[in-house]
Amino acid sequence: MEPTSTPGTDSAQKAAEAADNEFTTMSGKAIKARYGPEDLTGDADVKIGEPGQYPFTRGPYESMYRGRNWTMRQFAGFGTVEETNERFHYLLEHGQTGLSTAFDMPTLMGYDSDHPRSLGEVGREGVAVDSIDDMEILFQGIPLGEVSTSMTINAPAAILLAFYVLVGEKQGVPSEKLAGTIQTDILKEYIAQKEWCFPVEPAMRLVTDMVEYCTDHMPRWHPISISGYHIREAGATAAQELAFTLKDGFTYVERAIERGIDVDAFAPRLSFFFNAHIDFFEEIAKYRAARRIWARELKETYGAKKPESMRLRFHTQTAGVSLTAQQPLNNIVRTAIEALAGVLGGTQSLHTNSFDEALALPTEEAVRVALRTQQIIADETGVTNTPDPLGGSYFVESLTDELEADAYDYFRRIDDLGGMVEAVRQNFPQREIGEAAFDFQRRVDDGEFTIVGVNRYQTEEEEVPLLHIDPALETKQVERLAATKAKRDSSQVESALAALKEAAAGDANLMYPILDAARVHTTEGEMIEAMQEVFGTYTETPVF
Amino acid sequence: MSAVAEPKTGRKIRVVVAKPGLDGHDRGAKIIARALRDSGMEVIYTGLHQTPEQIVETVIQEDADAIGVSILSGAHMTLVPRILELLEAEGVDDVLITVGGTIPTKDIDDLKAMGVSGVFTPGAPTDDIVDFIRSGVQRREL
Repeated sequence: MEPTSTPGTDSAQKAAEAADNEFTTMSGKAIKARYGPEDLTGDADVKIGEPGQYPFTRGPYESMYRGRNWTMRQFAGFGTVEETNERFHYLLEHGQTGLSTAFDMPTLMGYDSDHPRSLGEVGREGVAVDSIDDMEILFQGIPLGEVSTSMTINAPAAILLAFYVLVGEKQGVPSEKLAGTIQTDILKEYIAQKEWCFPVEPAMRLVTDMVEYCTDHMPRWHPISISGYHIREAGATAAQELAFTLKDGFTYVERAIERGIDVDAFAPRLSFFFNAHIDFFEEIAKYRAARRIWARELKETYGAKKPESMRLRFHTQTAGVSLTAQQPLNNIVRTAIEALAGVLGGTQSLHTNSFDEALALPTEEAVRVALRTQQIIADETGVTNTPDPLGGSYFVESLTDELEADAYDYFRRIDDLGGMVEAVRQNFPQREIGEAAFDFQRRVDDGEFTIVGVNRYQTEEEEVPLLHIDPALETKQVERLAATKAKRDSSQVESALAALKEAAAGDANLMYPILDAARVHTTEGEMIEAMQEVFGTYTETPVF
Repeated sequence: MSAVAEPKTGRKIRVVVAKPGLDGHDRGAKIIARALRDSGMEVIYTGLHQTPEQIVETVIQEDADAIGVSILSGAHMTLVPRILELLEAEGVDDVLITVGGTIPTKDIDDLKAMGVSGVFTPGAPTDDIVDFIRSGVQRREL
C-alpha cells in the first residue's frame, strides 16, 4: 500500500512524534495524528475477515445483534437468599434476560457463615450460600430449564455447581437442560482477585474435573468463564488484560487436552469475561484482538477443527474501578460509554454498573438506571443495525493489530518463565499489574490523566441514598445453617466427607463425590476443609 | 524525596499497611504501600485475609508508628472496632490509625469518633495520604 502522507524533515518528524506522545490511550499507548490505508498492515482482508467467519475479528456471528441481542445480565446478590431471590424476580420482570449471582466473601473463600473468619462479612458483598438448602431458596420460583444463570465463584466452584445441579434435579430439570456459566477461572484469582482455597496445582485439577464433568453431562453449560475483568480492575492495562486472560485460557485448554478430552468437545463451551474501561477505542480493539488471537491459537496450536471451538464469545462488565465516589451521577455517563464499547466490540452479554457502586452496593433505582442504559443502547441508538460497524476503520484496525502484538509479546515472556502456572508462582503477572496500577495512579495524581470530579471539575459532594445491609441477616443465616446441620443425618455427611477425601488423595474426578456430599446437606465449608486436609492451603507472597 | 526522620529517635516512620477481612481488592493497599515506601517510610504490608488479631500482633512486633487499614468489603464497621479494641487491650495508644476504602460518609464519622484519625475514600490523592501519615506521626512524637 502506498503511504499517502509526505514524510517531513527529521526535526519536523521528531516534533510530530513528541506531539503524538501527548495523545495516548489510558494504557499509555501513543496515538498518531492520523491513520490511513498505510496503517492496515499485512494481509488486512484475511485478518479482518467477515463477521461469523474465521478469524472472527468482526464478531462470532454473521448477523450479530440483527439475529439476537446480547443478554442483559445484571450481577445481583446481597443479604439473604430470600432478598436476592426477590431481586432476581424483580430483574426478570423488568426485562432482564439472564440471571447472575454474586456470592458473599465467605462463600467465595469457602467458609461457612458460622466460621469465625466470616464475622461481619456474611451477606455483605453478595449472597451467602452454605448448603443445598440455601441454593433452593435462592432459585425458588425460577424455572431453571428456561433461564440461563451465571454464577461468579471460583475456588469452590465445583461445590456451587453441584448445588445448582441438585436444585435443577428437584425442579425436575436434568443437568443436560441447565444453561449457564460458572466462573471457575482460578488462575486469575492468584493473579488478581485473590480468592483461593488451595494451592495452584490441586486447584487446576478441580477446574479440569469440572470441564470433564460438564463435557459429559452439561452440554448447555459453560464450565469456565475466563476472566480479564478482575485483572483489569486490579490495575492492569488493556494489553495486560488481553494477554494474561488469553494465556490463562490456553492453560485450561492444555490441561483438558492432557486429560484426554477432545479439544472440539469442550472448547465451544469456554467463554470469556472482559472489562469495558473508559478508553473507548482501545477497549473495542481489545475485544477484536482477543477473538482473532483465540481463533488462530485454537486452530493452529491446539488443533481445533470446529469453527465453534475457535469462536471466542464473551461477557462484558463496565469498569467498576472507573466509577467515582465523587459526583456519583457522572457514573451513569461513564457506564453508558463503556457499555457502548462492549457492544461495538461485539459482546454476547453485558452487565452495566450502577452509579452508586463506588459508595455501596446498588439501590434498586440505581440498578434500574443501569439496566435502562443497556436498553437505550439496544433499542434507541441504532448501533445494533449492522455487525462490527467499526470494522475497516484505519484507527481501530491498527489499534487491534497493536494490542495483538502486545499480547504475543507477553505470551513469549510467560513461556520463557515456564508457562502461566509457573509465571503466577513467580509473581510475574502480579508484579506487572502492580507496576501498571502504580503508574496510572501517578498519572492521575499528576493530572496527566483526567478523572472528572476527582482531579478536575471538583464540586461540593452530593449525597445519594445508599443501600443499607441489615447486620441482623448474619444471625439469620447462621441460624439457618444451624437448622440444616440439626436436621440432616450426620453419619451420611461423615461418610460423604471421607469419600471426598479419599477421592482427593487419588485422581478420580471430584465432581461426583462433591455431588454426593451436597445431596446429604454437607456444607460448602465442610467440603472445602476436607479437601484442604489433602491439598493444603495457599499463602501469597505479596509484591508491591 | 528525602528520608522522613522521626524527631525523637531519628529512625524512619514505620507503617503497617493491613488488609483485614476476606476481600482481595489490594490495588489500593499496594499503591499506598509503595507510595509510603517511596517517600522514605518503612512499610510492612501484611498481605491479604488478615484477622484483626494478626494485624494487631504485626503492629506490636514491628513497633509501628502508624497503621493503614484497607477495607473494600463493607465489613469496616465490624473489623475496625475490633482492631481498635485489641490495640487498647494490648495497651497500644501511640499508633496513628488510618482507614481506606469504600466507606460511606455516615460511617466515616462513626469511625473517627472511635479513634480513627483519617479515613480515605476512592479518589483520595496518594500524596495527601502520605502527608497525613507523616504529619500525624510527627505531631504525636512531639
